[in-house]
Amino acid sequence: MSLLELKNVSRVFGKLTALEDVSLEMEEGELYAVIGPNGAGKTTLFNLISGFFPATSGEIRFDGVEVTRLSPERRVAAGLVRTFQITEIFPELSVFENIRIGVEAQLGCSAQPWPSRGLARRIDRRVEELLAITALSSQGGRRASVLTHGDQRVVEVTMALSLKPRLLLLDEPTAGMGRAETQHMVNLIRSLHQEQKLSILFIEHDMDVVFGIADRISVLNAGRVLATGTPKEIAANPRVQTAYLGEAA
Amino acid sequence: MTGRLARSLILWVLLLLVPFWLPMVGGYTALASRILVYALCAMGLNLLLGFTGMMSFGQAAYFGLGGYGAGLVLVHLSGSSWLAVLAGTVLGGAAAFLLGPVVMRRRGIYFAMITVAVGQIFFFVAERWDSLTGGEDGLTGFSRQPLHFGGYVLPLSDVPFYYFVLFFFALAAGVMALVLRSPLGHSFVAIRENRRRAAFLGIHVERYVWAAFAFAGLIGGLAGALNALQNNFVSPENLYWVESGNFVIIAVLGGMRSFWGPLIGSIIFIGIQDYVSSLFPNNWESLIGVLFIIVVLFFPNGILGIIRRRAGLA
Ligand SMILES: Nc1ncnc2c1ncn2[C@@H]1O[C@H](COP(=O)(O)OP(=O)(O)OP(=O)(O)O)[C@@H](O)[C@H]1O
Ligand SMILES: [Mg+2]
Repeated sequence: MSLLELKNVSRVFGKLTALEDVSLEMEEGELYAVIGPNGAGKTTLFNLISGFFPATSGEIRFDGVEVTRLSPERRVAAGLVRTFQITEIFPELSVFENIRIGVEAQLGCSAQPWPSRGLARRIDRRVEELLAITALSSQGGRRASVLTHGDQRVVEVTMALSLKPRLLLLDEPTAGMGRAETQHMVNLIRSLHQEQKLSILFIEHDMDVVFGIADRISVLNAGRVLATGTPKEIAANPRVQTAYLGEAA
Repeated sequence: MTGRLARSLILWVLLLLVPFWLPMVGGYTALASRILVYALCAMGLNLLLGFTGMMSFGQAAYFGLGGYGAGLVLVHLSGSSWLAVLAGTVLGGAAAFLLGPVVMRRRGIYFAMITVAVGQIFFFVAERWDSLTGGEDGLTGFSRQPLHFGGYVLPLSDVPFYYFVLFFFALAAGVMALVLRSPLGHSFVAIRENRRRAAFLGIHVERYVWAAFAFAGLIGGLAGALNALQNNFVSPENLYWVESGNFVIIAVLGGMRSFWGPLIGSIIFIGIQDYVSSLFPNNWESLIGVLFIIVVLFFPNGILGIIRRRAGLA
Protein backbone atom coordinates (compact mmCIF):
# COMPACT_ATOMS: atom_id res chain seq x y z
CA MET A 1 0.00 0.00 0.00
CA SER A 2 1.27 3.47 -0.83
CA LEU A 3 1.95 5.99 1.89
CA LEU A 4 0.39 8.81 -0.09
CA GLU A 5 -2.01 8.40 -2.97
CA LEU A 6 -3.68 11.09 -5.06
CA LYS A 7 -6.44 10.05 -7.48
CA ASN A 8 -7.57 12.52 -10.14
CA VAL A 9 -7.19 15.50 -7.87
CA SER A 10 -8.23 18.89 -9.26
CA ARG A 11 -8.39 22.38 -7.87
CA VAL A 12 -10.13 25.32 -9.48
CA PHE A 13 -9.75 28.98 -8.47
CA GLY A 14 -12.60 30.84 -10.17
CA LYS A 15 -11.77 30.45 -13.85
CA LEU A 16 -8.26 29.13 -13.27
CA THR A 17 -7.71 25.41 -13.09
CA ALA A 18 -4.57 25.29 -10.96
CA LEU A 19 -4.47 21.49 -10.85
CA GLU A 20 -6.18 19.10 -13.21
CA ASP A 21 -6.57 15.34 -12.76
CA VAL A 22 -3.38 14.90 -10.79
CA SER A 23 -2.65 11.32 -9.77
CA LEU A 24 0.45 10.12 -8.00
CA GLU A 25 1.59 7.50 -5.56
CA MET A 26 4.41 7.72 -3.10
CA GLU A 27 5.83 4.78 -1.17
CA GLU A 28 6.94 4.70 2.43
CA GLY A 29 10.59 5.71 2.76
CA GLU A 30 10.79 7.50 -0.57
CA LEU A 31 12.51 10.81 -1.21
CA TYR A 32 10.20 12.22 -3.83
CA ALA A 33 10.58 15.48 -5.74
CA VAL A 34 7.97 17.61 -7.46
CA ILE A 35 9.35 19.96 -10.08
CA GLY A 36 7.83 22.29 -12.62
CA PRO A 37 7.94 25.90 -13.84
CA ASN A 38 6.57 28.82 -11.82
CA GLY A 39 2.83 28.68 -11.48
CA ALA A 40 2.69 24.99 -12.41
CA GLY A 41 0.62 24.26 -9.30
CA LYS A 42 3.26 22.75 -7.02
CA THR A 43 2.40 24.77 -3.91
CA THR A 44 -1.29 24.26 -4.65
CA LEU A 45 -0.61 20.52 -4.63
CA PHE A 46 0.97 20.87 -1.15
CA ASN A 47 -1.96 22.96 0.05
CA LEU A 48 -4.35 20.22 -0.99
CA ILE A 49 -2.28 17.46 0.58
CA SER A 50 -1.85 19.37 3.85
CA GLY A 51 -5.47 20.50 3.91
CA PHE A 52 -4.87 24.23 3.59
CA PHE A 53 -7.74 24.25 1.19
CA PRO A 54 -9.94 21.47 -0.12
CA ALA A 55 -9.61 19.76 -3.47
CA THR A 56 -12.35 20.67 -5.91
CA SER A 57 -12.55 17.01 -6.90
CA GLY A 58 -10.58 13.82 -6.54
CA GLU A 59 -9.35 11.81 -3.62
CA ILE A 60 -6.32 11.96 -1.32
CA ARG A 61 -5.31 8.96 0.80
CA PHE A 62 -2.66 8.89 3.46
CA ASP A 63 -1.57 5.48 4.69
CA GLY A 64 -4.68 3.99 3.19
CA VAL A 65 -7.05 6.37 4.94
CA GLU A 66 -8.96 8.98 2.99
CA VAL A 67 -7.99 12.47 4.21
CA THR A 68 -9.46 14.58 1.38
CA ARG A 69 -11.72 16.54 3.67
CA LEU A 70 -9.80 16.40 6.94
CA SER A 71 -8.75 19.65 8.68
CA PRO A 72 -5.05 20.59 8.56
CA GLU A 73 -4.72 19.88 12.30
CA ARG A 74 -6.11 16.37 11.92
CA ARG A 75 -3.69 15.71 9.09
CA VAL A 76 -0.78 16.95 11.20
CA ALA A 77 -1.90 14.60 13.95
CA ALA A 78 -1.92 11.78 11.41
CA GLY A 79 1.71 12.59 10.55
CA LEU A 80 1.28 14.74 7.45
CA VAL A 81 3.48 17.78 8.14
CA ARG A 82 4.63 20.56 5.84
CA THR A 83 6.90 23.56 5.69
CA PHE A 84 6.12 26.72 3.76
CA GLN A 85 7.62 28.31 0.67
CA ILE A 86 7.98 31.55 2.63
CA THR A 87 9.57 30.88 6.00
CA GLU A 88 7.02 30.75 8.81
CA ILE A 89 8.63 30.85 12.23
CA PHE A 90 8.24 32.87 15.44
CA PRO A 91 10.81 35.58 14.68
CA GLU A 92 11.14 37.27 18.07
CA LEU A 93 11.49 34.04 20.01
CA SER A 94 14.68 32.08 20.50
CA VAL A 95 15.37 29.02 18.38
CA PHE A 96 14.79 26.88 21.45
CA GLU A 97 11.42 28.54 22.13
CA ASN A 98 10.39 28.10 18.50
CA ILE A 99 10.94 24.36 18.65
CA ARG A 100 9.43 24.09 22.12
CA ILE A 101 6.09 25.36 20.81
CA GLY A 102 6.10 22.55 18.27
CA VAL A 103 7.06 19.94 20.83
CA GLU A 104 4.33 21.06 23.22
CA ALA A 105 1.80 20.92 20.41
CA GLN A 106 2.93 17.42 19.48
CA LEU A 107 2.68 16.25 23.09
CA GLY A 108 -0.82 17.71 23.21
CA CYS A 109 -0.01 19.91 26.21
CA SER A 110 -0.16 23.38 24.63
CA ALA A 111 -2.99 24.35 26.97
CA GLN A 112 -1.29 23.11 30.13
CA PRO A 113 -0.98 25.97 32.65
CA TRP A 114 0.63 23.88 35.35
CA PRO A 115 3.11 21.36 33.92
CA SER A 116 4.66 18.82 36.26
CA ARG A 117 8.44 18.86 36.59
CA GLY A 118 8.56 15.61 34.71
CA LEU A 119 6.65 17.02 31.77
CA ALA A 120 8.75 20.19 31.69
CA ARG A 121 11.92 18.10 31.64
CA ARG A 122 10.55 15.85 28.94
CA ILE A 123 9.72 18.86 26.78
CA ASP A 124 13.20 20.36 27.21
CA ARG A 125 14.91 17.07 26.48
CA ARG A 126 12.89 16.57 23.31
CA VAL A 127 13.77 20.10 22.11
CA GLU A 128 17.47 19.46 22.72
CA GLU A 129 17.20 16.18 20.83
CA LEU A 130 15.64 17.87 17.81
CA LEU A 131 18.17 20.70 17.81
CA ALA A 132 20.91 18.07 17.81
CA ILE A 133 19.38 16.27 14.82
CA THR A 134 19.41 19.44 12.71
CA ALA A 135 22.72 20.72 14.12
CA LEU A 136 21.13 23.81 15.68
CA SER A 137 22.19 23.10 19.26
CA SER A 138 24.72 25.94 19.34
CA GLN A 139 22.05 28.39 18.10
CA GLY A 140 19.36 27.45 20.63
CA GLY A 141 19.59 30.65 22.65
CA ARG A 142 19.62 33.05 19.70
CA ARG A 143 16.63 35.01 18.52
CA ALA A 144 15.32 33.39 15.33
CA SER A 145 15.15 36.69 13.47
CA VAL A 146 18.91 37.26 13.71
CA LEU A 147 19.79 33.91 12.11
CA THR A 148 20.86 33.67 8.48
CA HIS A 149 18.12 32.88 5.99
CA GLY A 150 19.50 29.37 5.66
CA ASP A 151 19.39 28.71 9.38
CA GLN A 152 15.85 30.10 9.60
CA ARG A 153 14.83 27.51 7.02
CA VAL A 154 16.48 24.84 9.14
CA VAL A 155 14.51 26.12 12.16
CA GLU A 156 11.37 25.67 10.14
CA VAL A 157 12.29 22.13 9.16
CA THR A 158 13.09 21.38 12.81
CA MET A 159 9.71 22.74 13.85
CA ALA A 160 8.10 20.41 11.33
CA LEU A 161 10.13 17.52 12.76
CA SER A 162 8.93 18.37 16.25
CA LEU A 163 5.46 17.29 15.12
CA LYS A 164 6.76 13.74 14.47
CA PRO A 165 5.89 13.53 10.78
CA ARG A 166 5.50 10.29 8.93
CA LEU A 167 5.55 12.24 5.70
CA LEU A 168 7.40 15.52 5.56
CA LEU A 169 6.41 18.01 2.85
CA LEU A 170 9.06 20.63 2.09
CA ASP A 171 8.11 23.54 -0.17
CA GLU A 172 11.32 24.77 -1.84
CA PRO A 173 13.61 24.13 1.13
CA THR A 174 16.61 25.72 -0.61
CA ALA A 175 14.83 28.77 -2.06
CA GLY A 176 16.94 31.91 -1.82
CA MET A 177 19.99 30.10 -0.47
CA GLY A 178 23.62 30.40 -1.48
CA ARG A 179 25.77 27.38 -2.41
CA ALA A 180 26.97 26.55 1.09
CA GLU A 181 23.52 26.92 2.62
CA THR A 182 21.99 24.81 -0.12
CA GLN A 183 24.58 22.08 0.46
CA HIS A 184 23.84 22.18 4.18
CA MET A 185 20.10 21.78 3.55
CA VAL A 186 20.68 18.97 1.06
CA ASN A 187 22.79 17.13 3.62
CA LEU A 188 20.08 17.64 6.21
CA ILE A 189 17.35 16.29 3.91
CA ARG A 190 19.52 13.30 3.05
CA SER A 191 20.22 12.53 6.68
CA LEU A 192 16.55 12.87 7.64
CA HIS A 193 15.75 10.43 4.88
CA GLN A 194 18.51 7.94 5.63
CA GLU A 195 19.03 8.18 9.38
CA GLN A 196 15.57 9.20 10.61
CA LYS A 197 13.94 7.01 7.94
CA LEU A 198 11.57 9.78 6.98
CA SER A 199 9.46 9.79 3.86
CA ILE A 200 9.95 13.19 2.24
CA LEU A 201 8.07 14.91 -0.56
CA PHE A 202 9.73 18.13 -1.67
CA ILE A 203 9.27 20.88 -4.22
CA GLU A 204 12.51 22.16 -5.67
CA HIS A 205 13.75 24.43 -8.45
CA ASP A 206 17.44 23.59 -8.16
CA MET A 207 17.94 20.73 -10.65
CA ASP A 208 21.31 19.73 -9.18
CA VAL A 209 19.59 19.15 -5.87
CA VAL A 210 16.67 17.27 -7.40
CA PHE A 211 18.69 14.95 -9.59
CA GLY A 212 21.27 14.54 -6.84
CA ILE A 213 19.01 13.19 -4.10
CA ALA A 214 15.52 12.26 -5.30
CA ASP A 215 14.46 8.63 -5.62
CA ARG A 216 11.61 9.63 -7.89
CA ILE A 217 10.38 12.78 -9.56
CA SER A 218 7.05 14.05 -10.82
CA VAL A 219 7.05 16.91 -13.30
CA LEU A 220 4.13 19.29 -13.08
CA ASN A 221 3.29 21.64 -15.91
CA ALA A 222 0.28 23.95 -16.14
CA GLY A 223 -1.55 21.98 -13.49
CA ARG A 224 -0.98 18.53 -15.02
CA VAL A 225 1.48 15.76 -14.32
CA LEU A 226 3.72 15.63 -17.36
CA ALA A 227 5.81 12.66 -16.26
CA THR A 228 6.79 10.60 -13.26
CA GLY A 229 9.89 8.45 -12.91
CA THR A 230 13.42 8.00 -11.61
CA PRO A 231 15.87 10.86 -12.20
CA LYS A 232 17.32 8.91 -15.13
CA GLU A 233 13.92 8.42 -16.75
CA ILE A 234 12.97 12.05 -16.25
CA ALA A 235 16.24 13.31 -17.67
CA ALA A 236 15.72 11.17 -20.74
CA ASN A 237 12.04 12.03 -21.27
CA PRO A 238 11.69 14.10 -24.44
CA ARG A 239 8.42 15.76 -23.35
CA VAL A 240 10.05 16.98 -20.17
CA GLN A 241 13.03 18.16 -22.20
CA THR A 242 10.91 20.40 -24.40
CA ALA A 243 8.36 21.53 -21.84
CA TYR A 244 10.60 22.28 -18.97
CA LEU A 245 14.22 21.21 -18.73
CA GLY A 246 14.96 22.58 -22.17
CA GLU A 247 13.97 26.13 -21.36
CA ALA A 248 15.42 26.02 -17.87
CA ALA A 249 18.84 24.93 -19.15
CA MET B 1 20.05 34.34 36.26
CA THR B 2 21.42 35.39 39.63
CA GLY B 3 21.11 39.03 38.52
CA ARG B 4 17.47 38.37 37.82
CA LEU B 5 16.98 36.80 41.23
CA ALA B 6 18.69 39.76 42.90
CA ARG B 7 16.49 42.21 41.02
CA SER B 8 13.26 40.54 41.98
CA LEU B 9 14.46 40.27 45.57
CA ILE B 10 15.09 44.03 45.61
CA LEU B 11 11.66 44.65 44.10
CA TRP B 12 9.85 42.60 46.74
CA VAL B 13 11.85 44.09 49.61
CA LEU B 14 11.05 47.58 48.35
CA LEU B 15 7.36 46.68 48.09
CA LEU B 16 7.34 45.15 51.55
CA LEU B 17 8.91 48.24 53.09
CA VAL B 18 6.77 50.83 51.30
CA PRO B 19 5.10 52.18 54.49
CA PHE B 20 8.58 52.94 55.87
CA TRP B 21 10.30 54.63 52.98
CA LEU B 22 7.51 56.11 50.86
CA PRO B 23 6.53 58.84 53.38
CA MET B 24 10.21 59.86 53.55
CA VAL B 25 10.24 60.70 49.85
CA GLY B 26 6.98 62.63 50.03
CA GLY B 27 4.49 59.87 49.25
CA TYR B 28 1.89 58.17 51.40
CA THR B 29 0.94 54.54 51.84
CA ALA B 30 -2.56 54.77 50.34
CA LEU B 31 -0.96 56.06 47.14
CA ALA B 32 1.10 52.89 46.94
CA SER B 33 -2.06 50.78 47.38
CA ARG B 34 -3.62 52.61 44.45
CA ILE B 35 -0.51 52.08 42.36
CA LEU B 36 -0.57 48.34 43.06
CA VAL B 37 -4.28 48.06 42.26
CA TYR B 38 -3.90 49.78 38.89
CA ALA B 39 -0.69 47.90 38.17
CA LEU B 40 -2.45 44.60 38.88
CA CYS B 41 -5.33 45.37 36.55
CA ALA B 42 -2.93 46.47 33.79
CA MET B 43 -0.80 43.35 34.29
CA GLY B 44 -3.93 41.29 33.78
CA LEU B 45 -4.74 43.26 30.65
CA ASN B 46 -1.16 42.78 29.52
CA LEU B 47 -1.72 39.02 29.32
CA LEU B 48 -3.82 39.88 26.29
CA LEU B 49 -2.06 43.00 25.08
CA GLY B 50 1.59 42.16 25.52
CA PHE B 51 1.67 38.39 25.62
CA THR B 52 -1.14 37.19 23.34
CA GLY B 53 -0.95 40.27 21.10
CA MET B 54 -4.67 41.05 21.32
CA MET B 55 -5.58 44.72 21.60
CA SER B 56 -8.26 44.68 24.29
CA PHE B 57 -9.94 47.98 25.03
CA GLY B 58 -12.47 46.72 27.54
CA GLN B 59 -10.51 45.80 30.65
CA ALA B 60 -12.41 48.35 32.77
CA ALA B 61 -15.57 46.28 32.42
CA TYR B 62 -14.07 43.55 34.60
CA PHE B 63 -12.38 46.04 36.88
CA GLY B 64 -15.75 47.71 37.46
CA LEU B 65 -17.61 44.43 37.83
CA GLY B 66 -15.07 43.35 40.43
CA GLY B 67 -15.76 46.58 42.27
CA TYR B 68 -19.53 46.17 42.21
CA GLY B 69 -19.20 42.51 43.20
CA ALA B 70 -17.12 43.40 46.25
CA GLY B 71 -19.25 46.41 47.17
CA LEU B 72 -22.55 44.57 46.87
CA VAL B 73 -21.32 41.74 49.06
CA LEU B 74 -20.39 44.23 51.77
CA VAL B 75 -23.67 46.13 51.43
CA HIS B 76 -26.03 43.15 51.34
CA LEU B 77 -24.38 39.92 52.31
CA SER B 78 -21.51 39.83 54.67
CA GLY B 79 -18.98 41.83 56.60
CA SER B 80 -16.02 39.89 55.31
CA SER B 81 -13.43 41.76 53.28
CA TRP B 82 -12.04 38.41 52.12
CA LEU B 83 -15.41 37.35 50.79
CA ALA B 84 -15.84 40.73 49.09
CA VAL B 85 -12.54 40.29 47.24
CA LEU B 86 -13.42 36.74 46.31
CA ALA B 87 -16.83 37.78 44.98
CA GLY B 88 -15.40 40.60 42.89
CA THR B 89 -12.72 38.36 41.43
CA VAL B 90 -15.17 35.61 40.53
CA LEU B 91 -17.62 38.10 39.02
CA GLY B 92 -14.95 39.69 36.82
CA GLY B 93 -13.56 36.33 35.77
CA ALA B 94 -16.97 34.77 35.12
CA ALA B 95 -18.14 37.71 33.01
CA ALA B 96 -15.00 37.60 30.88
CA PHE B 97 -15.26 33.83 30.59
CA LEU B 98 -18.87 34.02 29.40
CA LEU B 99 -18.14 36.84 26.96
CA GLY B 100 -15.00 35.22 25.59
CA PRO B 101 -16.81 33.41 22.77
CA VAL B 102 -18.27 36.74 21.63
CA VAL B 103 -14.89 38.40 21.22
CA MET B 104 -12.47 35.57 20.47
CA ARG B 105 -13.08 35.33 16.74
CA ARG B 106 -12.30 38.98 16.04
CA ARG B 107 -8.85 40.22 15.20
CA GLY B 108 -6.94 43.49 15.32
CA ILE B 109 -9.08 46.60 15.37
CA TYR B 110 -12.29 44.53 15.35
CA PHE B 111 -11.21 42.82 18.51
CA ALA B 112 -10.54 46.21 20.10
CA MET B 113 -13.96 47.46 19.00
CA ILE B 114 -15.93 44.50 20.26
CA THR B 115 -14.16 44.59 23.62
CA VAL B 116 -15.10 48.27 24.00
CA ALA B 117 -18.68 47.60 22.93
CA VAL B 118 -19.11 44.72 25.36
CA GLY B 119 -17.57 46.81 28.13
CA GLN B 120 -19.91 49.73 27.47
CA ILE B 121 -22.93 47.48 28.01
CA PHE B 122 -21.91 47.03 31.63
CA PHE B 123 -21.45 50.76 31.98
CA PHE B 124 -24.98 51.50 30.77
CA VAL B 125 -26.49 48.79 32.92
CA ALA B 126 -24.69 50.07 36.02
CA GLU B 127 -25.78 53.62 35.30
CA ARG B 128 -29.45 52.73 34.78
CA TRP B 129 -29.98 50.08 37.43
CA ASP B 130 -30.23 52.61 40.26
CA SER B 131 -31.78 50.31 42.83
CA LEU B 132 -28.89 47.91 42.75
CA THR B 133 -25.87 49.96 41.78
CA GLY B 134 -26.73 53.45 42.95
CA GLY B 135 -26.80 54.56 39.30
CA GLU B 136 -24.75 57.57 38.28
CA ASP B 137 -23.95 58.39 41.90
CA GLY B 138 -22.15 55.11 42.32
CA LEU B 139 -22.35 52.45 44.97
CA THR B 140 -21.86 53.65 48.54
CA GLY B 141 -22.90 52.50 51.99
CA PHE B 142 -20.09 50.07 52.61
CA SER B 143 -16.63 50.23 54.03
CA ARG B 144 -13.86 47.71 54.19
CA GLN B 145 -14.21 45.51 57.23
CA PRO B 146 -11.57 44.51 59.75
CA LEU B 147 -9.92 41.14 59.28
CA HIS B 148 -10.38 38.48 61.94
CA PHE B 149 -7.53 36.11 62.70
CA GLY B 150 -8.86 33.79 65.40
CA GLY B 151 -9.55 36.16 68.25
CA TYR B 152 -7.38 38.94 66.86
CA VAL B 153 -9.04 41.77 64.96
CA LEU B 154 -7.06 43.83 62.45
CA PRO B 155 -8.74 47.04 61.29
CA LEU B 156 -7.86 47.81 57.66
CA SER B 157 -6.46 51.28 58.12
CA ASP B 158 -4.04 52.54 55.45
CA VAL B 159 -0.97 50.50 56.32
CA PRO B 160 -2.65 47.14 56.99
CA PHE B 161 -4.74 47.68 53.88
CA TYR B 162 -1.56 48.20 51.87
CA TYR B 163 -0.38 44.77 53.02
CA PHE B 164 -3.79 43.32 52.24
CA VAL B 165 -3.42 44.63 48.67
CA LEU B 166 0.21 43.54 48.45
CA PHE B 167 -0.80 40.03 49.50
CA PHE B 168 -3.23 39.72 46.58
CA PHE B 169 -0.85 41.48 44.24
CA ALA B 170 1.91 38.98 45.06
CA LEU B 171 -0.46 36.04 44.75
CA ALA B 172 -1.78 37.14 41.37
CA ALA B 173 1.67 38.10 40.06
CA GLY B 174 2.96 34.67 41.09
CA VAL B 175 0.15 32.87 39.30
CA MET B 176 0.56 35.00 36.17
CA ALA B 177 4.33 34.46 36.11
CA LEU B 178 3.90 30.71 36.48
CA VAL B 179 1.33 30.53 33.72
CA LEU B 180 3.47 32.59 31.37
CA ARG B 181 6.27 30.09 31.92
CA SER B 182 3.99 27.12 31.21
CA PRO B 183 3.08 25.61 27.84
CA LEU B 184 -0.13 27.67 27.98
CA GLY B 185 1.91 30.87 28.27
CA HIS B 186 4.16 29.73 25.42
CA SER B 187 1.05 29.24 23.29
CA PHE B 188 -0.14 32.79 24.06
CA VAL B 189 3.20 34.17 22.89
CA ALA B 190 3.16 31.94 19.81
CA ILE B 191 -0.18 33.49 18.83
CA ARG B 192 1.26 36.98 19.26
CA GLU B 193 4.31 36.13 17.17
CA ASN B 194 2.71 34.28 14.27
CA ARG B 195 -0.92 33.40 14.49
CA ARG B 196 -0.98 31.44 11.24
CA ARG B 197 2.00 29.34 12.24
CA ALA B 198 0.55 28.69 15.66
CA ALA B 199 -2.70 27.54 14.11
CA PHE B 200 -0.87 25.17 11.83
CA LEU B 201 0.98 23.66 14.75
CA GLY B 202 -2.45 22.59 15.96
CA ILE B 203 -2.98 25.41 18.46
CA HIS B 204 -6.65 26.37 18.38
CA VAL B 205 -6.01 30.09 18.41
CA GLU B 206 -9.52 31.20 19.33
CA ARG B 207 -9.72 29.01 22.41
CA TYR B 208 -6.45 30.44 23.66
CA VAL B 209 -7.63 34.00 23.07
CA TRP B 210 -10.68 33.06 25.10
CA ALA B 211 -8.49 31.69 27.90
CA ALA B 212 -6.30 34.81 27.94
CA PHE B 213 -9.40 37.02 27.93
CA ALA B 214 -10.96 35.19 30.87
CA PHE B 215 -7.68 35.24 32.76
CA ALA B 216 -7.32 38.98 32.17
CA GLY B 217 -10.90 39.48 33.37
CA LEU B 218 -10.25 37.46 36.52
CA ILE B 219 -7.24 39.61 37.41
CA GLY B 220 -9.23 42.73 36.47
CA GLY B 221 -12.01 41.62 38.81
CA LEU B 222 -9.55 41.12 41.65
CA ALA B 223 -8.03 44.56 41.10
CA GLY B 224 -11.49 46.12 40.89
CA ALA B 225 -12.55 44.51 44.17
CA LEU B 226 -9.45 45.87 45.89
CA ASN B 227 -10.15 49.26 44.35
CA ALA B 228 -13.67 49.24 45.79
CA LEU B 229 -12.30 48.47 49.24
CA GLN B 230 -9.66 51.15 48.87
CA ASN B 231 -12.24 53.86 48.08
CA ASN B 232 -15.23 52.43 49.95
CA PHE B 233 -17.02 53.40 46.79
CA VAL B 234 -17.66 52.11 43.25
CA SER B 235 -18.39 54.47 40.40
CA PRO B 236 -19.83 53.57 36.99
CA GLU B 237 -16.77 55.44 35.71
CA ASN B 238 -14.77 52.39 36.78
CA LEU B 239 -16.55 50.50 33.98
CA TYR B 240 -16.24 53.26 31.39
CA TRP B 241 -14.13 52.90 28.25
CA VAL B 242 -11.96 55.83 29.36
CA GLU B 243 -10.87 53.73 32.32
CA SER B 244 -10.04 50.91 29.89
CA GLY B 245 -7.89 53.40 28.02
CA ASN B 246 -6.08 54.22 31.25
CA PHE B 247 -5.10 50.58 31.67
CA VAL B 248 -3.84 50.42 28.10
CA ILE B 249 -1.81 53.59 28.69
CA ILE B 250 -0.35 52.16 31.90
CA ALA B 251 0.71 48.96 30.13
CA VAL B 252 2.15 50.75 27.11
CA LEU B 253 3.92 53.41 29.18
CA GLY B 254 5.64 50.86 31.33
CA GLY B 255 6.30 48.35 28.58
CA MET B 256 3.91 45.77 27.16
CA ARG B 257 6.55 43.20 26.39
CA SER B 258 7.71 42.87 29.97
CA PHE B 259 5.96 41.29 32.88
CA TRP B 260 6.69 44.20 35.26
CA GLY B 261 6.14 46.93 32.70
CA PRO B 262 2.62 47.77 33.90
CA LEU B 263 3.90 48.26 37.45
CA ILE B 264 6.34 50.91 36.21
CA GLY B 265 3.52 52.37 34.08
CA SER B 266 1.25 52.54 37.09
CA ILE B 267 3.88 54.24 39.25
CA ILE B 268 4.25 56.92 36.59
CA PHE B 269 0.54 57.24 35.76
CA ILE B 270 -0.83 57.26 39.30
CA GLY B 271 2.18 59.26 40.51
CA ILE B 272 1.62 61.99 37.94
CA GLN B 273 -2.12 61.92 38.55
CA ASP B 274 -1.58 62.40 42.28
CA TYR B 275 1.26 64.87 42.25
CA VAL B 276 0.54 67.00 39.20
CA SER B 277 -3.20 67.12 39.76
CA SER B 278 -2.61 68.76 43.13
CA LEU B 279 -0.55 71.47 41.39
CA PHE B 280 -2.48 71.84 38.12
CA PRO B 281 -5.83 70.10 38.48
CA ASN B 282 -6.64 70.30 34.77
CA ASN B 283 -3.33 69.50 33.20
CA TRP B 284 -2.21 66.14 34.47
CA GLU B 285 -3.97 64.35 31.65
CA SER B 286 -2.17 66.40 29.02
CA LEU B 287 1.13 65.51 30.65
CA ILE B 288 0.23 61.82 30.52
CA GLY B 289 -0.84 62.28 26.91
CA VAL B 290 2.46 63.86 25.88
CA LEU B 291 4.43 61.19 27.73
CA PHE B 292 2.34 58.50 26.09
CA ILE B 293 2.97 59.86 22.61
CA ILE B 294 6.71 60.09 23.24
CA VAL B 295 6.84 56.51 24.46
CA VAL B 296 4.74 55.16 21.59
CA LEU B 297 6.81 57.00 18.98
CA PHE B 298 10.30 56.49 20.32
CA PHE B 299 10.28 53.74 22.94
CA PRO B 300 8.05 50.90 21.82
CA ASN B 301 9.29 48.79 24.74
CA GLY B 302 8.15 51.38 27.26
CA ILE B 303 9.94 52.95 30.19
CA LEU B 304 11.04 49.58 31.52
CA GLY B 305 12.52 48.90 28.08
CA ILE B 306 14.60 52.09 28.37
CA ILE B 307 15.78 51.17 31.85
CA ARG B 308 16.73 47.69 30.72
CA ARG B 309 18.65 48.96 27.71
CA ARG B 310 20.50 51.50 29.85
CA ALA B 311 21.45 48.76 32.24
CA GLY B 312 22.53 46.58 29.33
CA LEU B 313 20.01 43.89 30.21
CA ALA B 314 17.99 43.77 27.03
N1 LIG C 1 -5.30 30.86 -3.18
C1 LIG C 1 -5.28 31.06 -4.52
N2 LIG C 1 -6.25 31.78 -5.10
C2 LIG C 1 -6.23 31.98 -6.44
N3 LIG C 1 -5.29 31.51 -7.26
C3 LIG C 1 -4.28 30.80 -6.72
C4 LIG C 1 -4.23 30.52 -5.33
N4 LIG C 1 -3.12 29.80 -5.08
C5 LIG C 1 -2.52 29.62 -6.27
N5 LIG C 1 -3.22 30.20 -7.25
C6 LIG C 1 -2.86 30.17 -8.66
O1 LIG C 1 -2.66 28.83 -9.03
C7 LIG C 1 -1.56 28.71 -9.92
C8 LIG C 1 -0.54 27.76 -9.35
O2 LIG C 1 0.10 28.38 -8.22
P1 LIG C 1 1.13 27.64 -7.29
O3 LIG C 1 1.45 28.58 -6.18
O4 LIG C 1 0.63 26.32 -6.93
O5 LIG C 1 2.40 27.50 -8.26
P2 LIG C 1 3.83 26.92 -7.95
O6 LIG C 1 4.02 25.79 -8.88
O7 LIG C 1 4.01 26.67 -6.52
O8 LIG C 1 4.74 28.14 -8.43
P3 LIG C 1 6.12 28.70 -7.83
O9 LIG C 1 7.19 27.85 -8.43
O10 LIG C 1 6.17 30.09 -8.35
O11 LIG C 1 6.03 28.62 -6.35
C9 LIG C 1 -1.03 30.12 -10.13
O12 LIG C 1 -1.56 30.63 -11.34
C10 LIG C 1 -1.57 30.87 -8.95
O13 LIG C 1 -1.77 32.22 -9.28
MG1 LIG D 1 5.17 27.45 -5.01
